[in-house]
Amino acid sequence: MTAIAPSQQAISRQQVEEFLYTEAALLDAWALGDWLLLFDEDAKYEVPCNDTPDGDPTRDLMLIDDNYARLTSRVDRLNSRRAHREYPHSRTNHQVFNVRVQDVSAEELSVTTSFTVWRFRGGRTSCYVGKYRYRLRRSDGGFRIAVKRAELDMTDLRSVGDVAIIL
Amino acid sequence: MSTDVEPSVIQATEVAAQLPLVVDDPVAQRFRVHRSAMTSPEIHRAEVERIFAKSWLYVGHESEIPEPGDFVRRPVGGRPILMVRGVKTGNVNVFHNTCTHRGALLCRQESGNSKVFQCFYHAWTFDSEGRLKGVPDRDAYAGGLNFDDLALKRVARVESYRGFVFASFDPGIVDLHTYLADAKDYIDLVIDGCGGQVEIVGGTHQYSFDANWKLLVENSIDGYHAESTHDTYLKYLVSIGTDLRGGVSGRAIDLGNGHAVIEYSAPWGRPVAKWEPLFGEDARTEIDRLRTDLVARHGEGRAHTMAEVNRNMLIYPNLIINDIMAVTVRTFHPPAPDVVDVTAWELAPVNELPSLRQRRLDSFLTFLGPGGFATPDDLEALESCQQGFVSGGVEWNDISRGMGRSPLANDEEQMRAFWRRWQHQMGNAADLAGAR
Repeated sequence: MTAIAPSQQAISRQQVEEFLYTEAALLDAWALGDWLLLFDEDAKYEVPCNDTPDGDPTRDLMLIDDNYARLTSRVDRLNSRRAHREYPHSRTNHQVFNVRVQDVSAEELSVTTSFTVWRFRGGRTSCYVGKYRYRLRRSDGGFRIAVKRAELDMTDLRSVGDVAIIL
Repeated sequence: MSTDVEPSVIQATEVAAQLPLVVDDPVAQRFRVHRSAMTSPEIHRAEVERIFAKSWLYVGHESEIPEPGDFVRRPVGGRPILMVRGVKTGNVNVFHNTCTHRGALLCRQESGNSKVFQCFYHAWTFDSEGRLKGVPDRDAYAGGLNFDDLALKRVARVESYRGFVFASFDPGIVDLHTYLADAKDYIDLVIDGCGGQVEIVGGTHQYSFDANWKLLVENSIDGYHAESTHDTYLKYLVSIGTDLRGGVSGRAIDLGNGHAVIEYSAPWGRPVAKWEPLFGEDARTEIDRLRTDLVARHGEGRAHTMAEVNRNMLIYPNLIINDIMAVTVRTFHPPAPDVVDVTAWELAPVNELPSLRQRRLDSFLTFLGPGGFATPDDLEALESCQQGFVSGGVEWNDISRGMGRSPLANDEEQMRAFWRRWQHQMGNAADLAGAR
């Protein structure tokens, strides 16, 4: 971990975990409008393909490559009753663990975590497993999301069908 | 079936044995498909033998293995297959991915480059042309081993068209050119519209869902569902400033041998070469230049078709090439009557300017794929149909839309082309008795 200058406010893993748990709770409550407020307006939300976890959205096919505008549209879509795959909504349980905080500067920090996202709908159980990579910005004693990237450990999406929910 | 069936039921079953699952009635202008075609395990077994073992199936694109020794392994028609570019010949070799000794998968890596392929079980070694090169302790074989006989087994037939590699397990099948019939012209339009040379972009969409594979065939070339199923996608287009006037408008064409296409104008933009707000103002010049290039090379008429007309094409039985807001190549296989495994790629011009490539990648994801704004709703529709079939009470699907008129892109003639070929290939396996 990069050394933190004494002048900088130290960041504890607990603070970061608290933020990530809040994010997970908003997603599980389908409070997507509030969830979107966690993002900066130049933020990215990315999900690479299963076979290219290091996929670069400027070069490779992704599963999801949202800028803030597209992410807003994704939320609008999921909030409508016409996003048929998610109306009625799935029940989800976003679980975040193995949290590591890295590259802390005065403005930003990188966070990697493991995740499992459980999805239940119409009698079907799906489970997404992978690694989150966040770039967080410090903001008024808290954080804002600059990048959220979900890299999937499953070799394919055969067991889950799609990524219509937000990971 | 129980043994104490009433005589009237037995009679009905005998009559049913004469009835095909696809009823094409041009007089009444009704086209119906019996729902057991989507649910019956017997029909599924017959499809494996009569359709997937007797058609040309898409293996991959030559651009995936550009260098000698490059390989990919993947299921084709549900069978593990190895496609490798021969180090000696430079040819695209397509092998059954099984060791000729005792059967283990020879190649267990998804892709890579290798001069030799060694089975880990007993260390038999083959080269990229399939020749057996090494057998440990070969002296133990009395009379010696015939290495030629024990070479990797090639899939019976392998041919390619403009970089698309197909294989067939049927040694007697017609050549690929004949098989593709009029679909060749539309493959040409896609590739020439991309400047003549294309490649598969890195990254693969591999997903599955619980519905019959033929529902995905129908859905992939269905213009009728766009406005209802994909309302949120169209609203997204509006939100970024796209003009929806004109809607989806065009025609459906039977391309022969079960292949079919819908070609139509639509509100969304195309990387080559129809500008839309998603691409940004600064992209207008580049897109105009691409359009001008197409006109210079192909003339105004063909350039218009390449640049502004969308194509959703089925290559019978299980390859989709959709040239829409981006180009997707999609193939699928059913491990069961109510499950389909889909693998989809993105096709793009080689040497595309990075800014154009990025726009193309972006455009793809708006609609397509398991995380797109449209494909998940298609999956919901198809699973919903499959669940609806279980309800019973209704025996037939109606696919009559547009019969008796010159078929439009939102009619169902393109699906009828598929189903007619399907019924023909299934023969007496596709009758009501066989489906029980």
